[in-house]
Amino acid sequence: MSRPDAAIALAADTPIPRDAEGPIFAEPWQAMVFALVVELQNRGVFTADEWAQALGAEIREAVAHGGCRDGSDYYERWCEALEHLLIAKGLASHDGVDALAASWARAAEATPHGQPILIENDPLKS
Amino acid sequence: MSGHHHHDHDHHHDNHFTPIEARVKALESLLVAKGYVDPAALDAIVETYETKVGPRNGARVVAKAWTDPAFAERLKADGSAAVAELGYGGRGGEHIVACFNTPNEHNLIVCTLCSCYPWPVLGLPPVWYKSPPYRAKAVIDPRGTLADFGVTLPEGQRIRVWDSTAETRFIVIPMRPAGTEGWSEEKLASIVNRDSMIGTGLPRVEDAL
Repeated sequence: MSRPDAAIALAADTPIPRDAEGPIFAEPWQAMVFALVVELQNRGVFTADEWAQALGAEIREAVAHGGCRDGSDYYERWCEALEHLLIAKGLASHDGVDALAASWARAAEATPHGQPILIENDPLKS
Repeated sequence: MSGHHHHDHDHHHDNHFTPIEARVKALESLLVAKGYVDPAALDAIVETYETKVGPRNGARVVAKAWTDPAFAERLKADGSAAVAELGYGGRGGEHIVACFNTPNEHNLIVCTLCSCYPWPVLGLPPVWYKSPPYRAKAVIDPRGTLADFGVTLPEGQRIRVWDSTAETRFIVIPMRPAGTEGWSEEKLASIVNRDSMIGTGLPRVEDAL
C-alpha cells in the first residue's frame, strides 16, 4: 500500500490533536455513514480492501488541498469515499445524490418542530 | 467540522439539515430504497459501536492474557481465534494480531493508509488516530510520537511500528505492571486503557477499580 506522502511532509509543523476519551462520534450523521459502510461490507457490496483504497484516496486528495490535517473532517472523507465508490459500482450517480440531498434539505425545512423529517415533506417532491 | 449547526438566527428553522447531514441522509435513503442495506441492521451497528463495543473488550483480552498463560500462547499464535473465544469477532475478513510488549520491545500501531483499527476489541478509533500527523509521525519518529503522549521508554527498549491494513488489525498487549500480583481479571482489566492497547500509553495502576 502506498503511504500518504503529503501527510508526511505536513507532519513536522502540525501537532497531534488529542482527545481525552472524547466522543466516539461528534454527530449522529457520522455514526450513520460509518454504519452504512460497515453494512455494505457485511452485504458484500464492496470489500474491506476496496473501502480502504477509496478512503485512502479521499484523504490523500484532501491533504493535498490543505484539508484533513487534524482529522476533524475525517467523516466528511468517509461520505465522499462512499459516494464515489457507489458511483464507481454503478449504484448511484452524483446528480442523483445531489438531487436527493436537496430534497431532504427542503423536507427538513418544511417539517414542523417535533415531527419526524420525512422525504414526503419536501414541498417540491412530485 | 465545527460540530454546530449553522443557524441563521434571524431566520430560524425548527428543522434543518447541514449539507453533510442531507448528503448522508440521501445516501442512506437511496441504499435502503434499493435494498442494499436494512435500516434495522444500520441501527444495530450504530448502537453496537456507540455503546457495546469499546476498549473494554480489548482490556478483557489483555487481562486474560496476563492471568492465563495458555490463553496468552493462543493469542500469540492466532489473535482472531483467541479473541473469538471471548465472544469478540470482526465482520469477517480481517485478522487480529496481538503484539506483546517486552522489556526489549514496545509496540505501536498505526494505519498510514487511512485508519484501519481493531474495532471488535477497541471500539471506534480516537480522533488523533485518524489524523494525518499521527499516521505520518508514528512511522518516521515513533519515540517522538510517544513523547507527545507523555510516554518515555527506557533507551534500550526498541519501538516496533505495525502498519494496519484492511486485512490485518493489530492490538498491543502491554506488559503487566509490577504490584498487580494476585489481582482479579476484572481489576486488571480496569487499568488497561485504550492508548495502552494502541501503544501510545501504558497501563495505569492508579486507575484500578
